Amino acid sequence: MTSRKAGLGRGLEALIPIHGETTSSRPPGQTSANGSSMFRLINPDGTVRDRLPVTLEEMKSLYADMVEARVYDDKSMAMQRQGRLATYAPFRGQEAAQIGAAAALRPGDWVSGTYRDAALNWKAGYPWKLLILGRTGDERGGQVPEGVNVMPPSITVGGHMIHAVGLAWAERLKGTDRIALTSFGDGATSEGDFHEAMNFAAVYETPTVFLCQNNGWAISYPVEEQTRSETIADKALAYGMPGVRVDGNDVIAVLVAVREAAERAREGEGPSLVEAVTYRLGPHTTADDPGRYRKDDEVAAWEELDPLVRVRRLLERSGAWTESWQQSLETEASNRIEEAVAWAESVPEPEPDDMFKRMFAEPTPNLVEQEREATGRG
Amino acid sequence: MAQLSYREAVAYGIAQEMRRDPKLVMLGEDIAAAGGVFKTTVGLLDEFGPDRIKDTPISEQAIVGAAMGAAMTGIPVIAELMFSDFVAVTWDMIANEIAKTRYMTDGQVALPLVIRTANGGGVRFGAQHSQSVENWCMMIPGLKVVAPSTPTDVIGLMAASVRDPDPVVFFEHKALMAMSEEIPDGEIVDELGKAKILREGTDVTIAALAAMVPKALEAAERLAADGISAEVIDVRSLMPLDTRTILGSVSKTGRFYTVEENPRVLGWGAEVVSIVTDEAFWDLDGPCIRITTPHIPLPAAASLEDMAIPSVDRIYETVRRTAGGSA
Ligand SMILES: Cc1ncc(C[n+]2csc(CCOP(=O)(O)OP(=O)(O)O)c2C)c(N)n1
Ligand SMILES: [Mg+2]
Repeated sequence: MTSRKAGLGRGLEALIPIHGETTSSRPPGQTSANGSSMFRLINPDGTVRDRLPVTLEEMKSLYADMVEARVYDDKSMAMQRQGRLATYAPFRGQEAAQIGAAAALRPGDWVSGTYRDAALNWKAGYPWKLLILGRTGDERGGQVPEGVNVMPPSITVGGHMIHAVGLAWAERLKGTDRIALTSFGDGATSEGDFHEAMNFAAVYETPTVFLCQNNGWAISYPVEEQTRSETIADKALAYGMPGVRVDGNDVIAVLVAVREAAERAREGEGPSLVEAVTYRLGPHTTADDPGRYRKDDEVAAWEELDPLVRVRRLLERSGAWTESWQQSLETEASNRIEEAVAWAESVPEPEPDDMFKRMFAEPTPNLVEQEREATGRG
Repeated sequence: MAQLSYREAVAYGIAQEMRRDPKLVMLGEDIAAAGGVFKTTVGLLDEFGPDRIKDTPISEQAIVGAAMGAAMTGIPVIAELMFSDFVAVTWDMIANEIAKTRYMTDGQVALPLVIRTANGGGVRFGAQHSQSVENWCMMIPGLKVVAPSTPTDVIGLMAASVRDPDPVVFFEHKALMAMSEEIPDGEIVDELGKAKILREGTDVTIAALAAMVPKALEAAERLAADGISAEVIDVRSLMPLDTRTILGSVSKTGRFYTVEENPRVLGWGAEVVSIVTDEAFWDLDGPCIRITTPHIPLPAAASLEDMAIPSVDRIYETVRRTAGGSA
């Protein structure tokens, strides 16, 4: 596709000479072998394709973040099985896409993501303890701390992409250089909301970054059924914005692509679409049995492309990874998560009047009456 | 006779109609290989194949809108919306297009279309995946609305809905999925617009819908122990509404209660109570009382959700406290 050149992020080609190259190691499961390019900097074996625009220390820190996210994800799955959390949507396999994207943002930028974006939200400032509280089924987990511009996870597919247009537009009106990033899945691109958001953002030239985590599946529906576009990134073309496809299991490729899109937005050049090609290694949610619709060998092939393993190999090659460092990362992460869990589980049960109090700035007289009826109090 | 759960009854009812009418097709998200996220369509892909049981992209407007287009040509369609909250995502199609097409063509265009959807709370899904929206659909002229409370009714009302020449919104209740019962052999076909008296009584009438029905029955059992004889009506169909059965019961008991899961304001019972006071005012021995979820979204927290949705205790206490003089 020659048209795809027009969809590249401004400056990205200059930054990464290999950008136009077709990746030979197309991740398995993406059956629409269309030959279109995918931007990658770190190969699955840990070798790099170009000089990385990060220091070794930054690389180690991103790795530590991914390890912490994985620990959180594993812990959440276990807690759900023990009945301590409501339904949970694991992000296992998508750590690089989420940590890389959040690392590209600046404090104050907006994030509007989904139920599967805990790692993204955490890296953007939403504390684990509130994410956990929310998953125990407590609306108080949806109260975002002061100064953290992360929307609570969107449960309904679609609408939050449009919010990111409004968030970004408002920052323009206020004269700030903040941007809004919205994260969504491959499946969400089939909602009218996606198309309206893309068009609106382009027409208003809002500083919005559209990040699609194409994880291959929307519950039981594979991405190649979801759309007949060769890639999700292709869709950007129709809306007159840049679209770029990156290896979503390569944390640095995601970081670079999202940073490029974010800086472009910040400079007043409007929205872009970044498609991060990744894979949902776990079930859709704890209520899902993927065995009903996908093959084990597909999952196994993607396990080989684990985004954490890739960076570990890279660090190993640079002599910066040791078993004991890994141990300490896991232990520290685990301690922090345990602390967050202990906090969330120590929060007293919500009071019956909470559900009435949070309705309006001031409760209406009818609600006061209904509260009495429902709670049998007063 | 077979023992079937509510969720199995959905697939059973659809299969019965698909065998009868080879034109009938169904579309929705994750209904084929996955068998539906509530496992209400398990086995249908195997029996009827991918041309008749079609998975869709995540496009609710297109699911319902394409179903409408197909239905206009005479192809009967069942469209599934995974959660009833998403009727809001596709409201233009439902409220402006589907509900008004026959009217705007002077009665010419039939829409043999069923929109099935998982409704209601009690399963800890929070504010955007737990709503009871039967009243939203009831208030749009041009839609028929049913909400079965038992596996047998699921099958019979599914048949009635599919065979109806007009659009029907069919609410399956999430909290009832595991309920099971013996169902009769042979074809099961029910009728829209018929309520059912599930328990006869002489002191009070309690009208309930879907997941509120078993709760009303349990409350009636407890009321009986206190000497209050409650008649329990499963309304089943909001449009058409079986006012005859309800008014007949009220004229006998003189006391009327509704048990509604939808939020209070303009819940289905508001309409029913208005009809009862219009037409049976002189038979009433006291005010009609609506037992509803308060006018709030459902909380995610288990303890709060249980408090918000009418419980057996709340039904029992309310009736016992207010049915004075009847007993
Ligand atoms: C409007 C709407 N339709 C359907 C659903 C049910 N649903 C929840 S997640 C999901 C799949 C989403 O897939 P994708 O966008 O690829 O994101 P992923 O889950 O893979 O991260 C569906 C169909 C929903 N929550 N909201
Ligand atoms: Mg997906």
